Amino acid sequence: MMYVTPENTATGQDRFVDHSSWFKYSSPQTFFPLAGKLVPWFAVAALLLAAAGLYIGFFVAPTDSQQGEAYRIIFIHVPAAWMSMFIYVVMAFWAGVGLTFNTRLSGMMASALAPTGALFTFLALWSGSLWGKPTWGTWWVWEARLTSELILLFLYFGFMALQAAIDDPRRADKAGAVLALTGVINIPIIYFSVQWWNTLHQGASVSLKSAPTMAATMFTGMLVMVLALWMYSIAASLMRVRCIILERERDSQWVAEYMSSHK
Amino acid sequence: MRGRRRLFGGLNFTLRDGDLLRVTGANGSGKTSLLRILCGLLSPVCGMVRWGGGDIRSLREEYWRQLLYIGHAHAVKGELTALENLLVTCTLVGVNVSRGQALEALSRLGLAGYEALPVKILSRGQQRRVALARLFLSEKIPLWILDEPFDALDAGAVDCVRLLIAQHLSRGAAVVLTTHQEIRIDNPQVQYINIVS
Amino acid sequence: MFTVLRCVIYRDLLLATRRWADVLTALVFFVIVVSLFPLGVGPEPNLLRTIAPGVIWVAALLASMLSLTRIFAADYADGTLEQMLLSTAPLGMIVAAKVIAHWLVTGLLVVLIAPLLALQFDLPQQLLATLTLSLLLGTPVLSMIGAIGAALTLGLRGGGALLSLLVLPLYVPVLIIGAGAVDMAAAGLGTEAHFLLLAALLVVAAAFAPWAAAAALRISAE
Repeated sequence: MMYVTPENTATGQDRFVDHSSWFKYSSPQTFFPLAGKLVPWFAVAALLLAAAGLYIGFFVAPTDSQQGEAYRIIFIHVPAAWMSMFIYVVMAFWAGVGLTFNTRLSGMMASALAPTGALFTFLALWSGSLWGKPTWGTWWVWEARLTSELILLFLYFGFMALQAAIDDPRRADKAGAVLALTGVINIPIIYFSVQWWNTLHQGASVSLKSAPTMAATMFTGMLVMVLALWMYSIAASLMRVRCIILERERDSQWVAEYMSSHK
Repeated sequence: MRGRRRLFGGLNFTLRDGDLLRVTGANGSGKTSLLRILCGLLSPVCGMVRWGGGDIRSLREEYWRQLLYIGHAHAVKGELTALENLLVTCTLVGVNVSRGQALEALSRLGLAGYEALPVKILSRGQQRRVALARLFLSEKIPLWILDEPFDALDAGAVDCVRLLIAQHLSRGAAVVLTTHQEIRIDNPQVQYINIVS
Repeated sequence: MFTVLRCVIYRDLLLATRRWADVLTALVFFVIVVSLFPLGVGPEPNLLRTIAPGVIWVAALLASMLSLTRIFAADYADGTLEQMLLSTAPLGMIVAAKVIAHWLVTGLLVVLIAPLLALQFDLPQQLLATLTLSLLLGTPVLSMIGAIGAALTLGLRGGGALLSLLVLPLYVPVLIIGAGAVDMAAAGLGTEAHFLLLAALLVVAAAFAPWAAAAALRISAE
């Protein structure tokens, strides 16, 4: 016997009832206003922390005896590099949640995070090369961390290009999830193989790790900058996820009401 | 859903042993999508398909063991011969057949003498017959889902397939099919779904 | 279950023998790419000897990727893929069979012809075995990773270019370790570590890739 029913709940097998406390915000409709309320707070926090971090980095931290003032770029470079890798992991986490539990919002979160991650990867590469010129006398060295960042940038591009090529958002989310999970397994392998390749070919002569020993103020500045980038990432991805929600749900009643009340 | 367009919704039906379900509708109305949902190839935006007691999405292989699906693209390789095609497809879906059984099935659909030719030199109707020869070897499978089975067939072949379906229904199996042609299949338990967009 | 594995490998090899041109295209592509490098960088023997392992490995990567665009495309177009998705055998097994067949008709041929091309680059003879062994262990990994990409891009516009964007960054570890093995041997150092790592990559890919590709196929065929 075959039964076809128009509702999912015919057997009561649905694991997630809409109004249970945990999954309440996994519905785009309830998440949308919440995200809207949170964005300004995170944005302001990001601004304040970035101002403080840059002040510490550029005015308070001491000049380095070997590298002079040029080293100060690490206040941007290192936090951006950290964030770029971290965001990929978070993105893969949301993608995996979306694939396992079939929650639409998780896939949207993953797509919202990708551009921010790519931005930080690009920032890390750019600042790395700006640092390279005065320090090593060349814009680009095939140094382990820069090379890994470059490959990470390709991984972000791949994720975004795949999602852009797929018209059906459900397929885009799922396909992106499989790619992100494959990527996240590969990232440590890529990182270590690049590091290994680097030591084999050049020795450890050039490395961003040859940064001066950290003074306490430098460490503080770096930490504050990391926090600032965290707040920025959250604010930016929440804003982006709000746009994605509106676009995907544009046929629904609540979006129509929202749009007419915000004319 | 195709793209942003809702194709159909609110479908609610039960298929019992010996039932024939005919799905009709204009081109692009979503007949094939419905069949693919019934197979578990496509997941519906909302709603579910159950086989026996369980959701087909959790039954998976257990459900597919009891299902035969011949799609509009009928999984016939031009480079392989008719016999090779039939044997490979049957092995792939988990039906054990001997060479002799396969040859007999082909000859019953009027393909005797064509078994060893690469399918690409056969006509469209003959290619369709190669795909449909599987029906002769799937008598034990309780659910057949056929997308346009009579497409491109000549009158003789249509009769042959029609008879085969009627026999299968009388054995207590269920058949779902789409068709544009008005073809009578003698069976008391017929249901119709007409998809209107 | 293994009947299905054998059946799919047999079928794909049979198809390959009846579509010889497709198989040869990838192989000829490999030979041409390798032959272009001396024309680009000049015929200086020392330079050619140095770049030979890298050039041959990169060309193998590209050849593998070029042929991957077709691994599922024909089955997708004629409906065979749907039958595979509805098979009673696990889909990962069927994907593994297709990857094995793909490797046999492209990867293996690349491995066999590579020493010949290496001679063109005047690579010392004692390195030929190292190069061949590294390719033998590495190219199956390329086929497996590539299968995931091919499954994800199935039926999409710009499939080929998109596939390279997805897959090439994931090929990096194989390239580094594979070409690295030959470099190590050229420097007179031990290559055991490289081969162990390549074997480890092969095991990880074999355990993971068929299932990821199977999941991707279900998504793409919807």
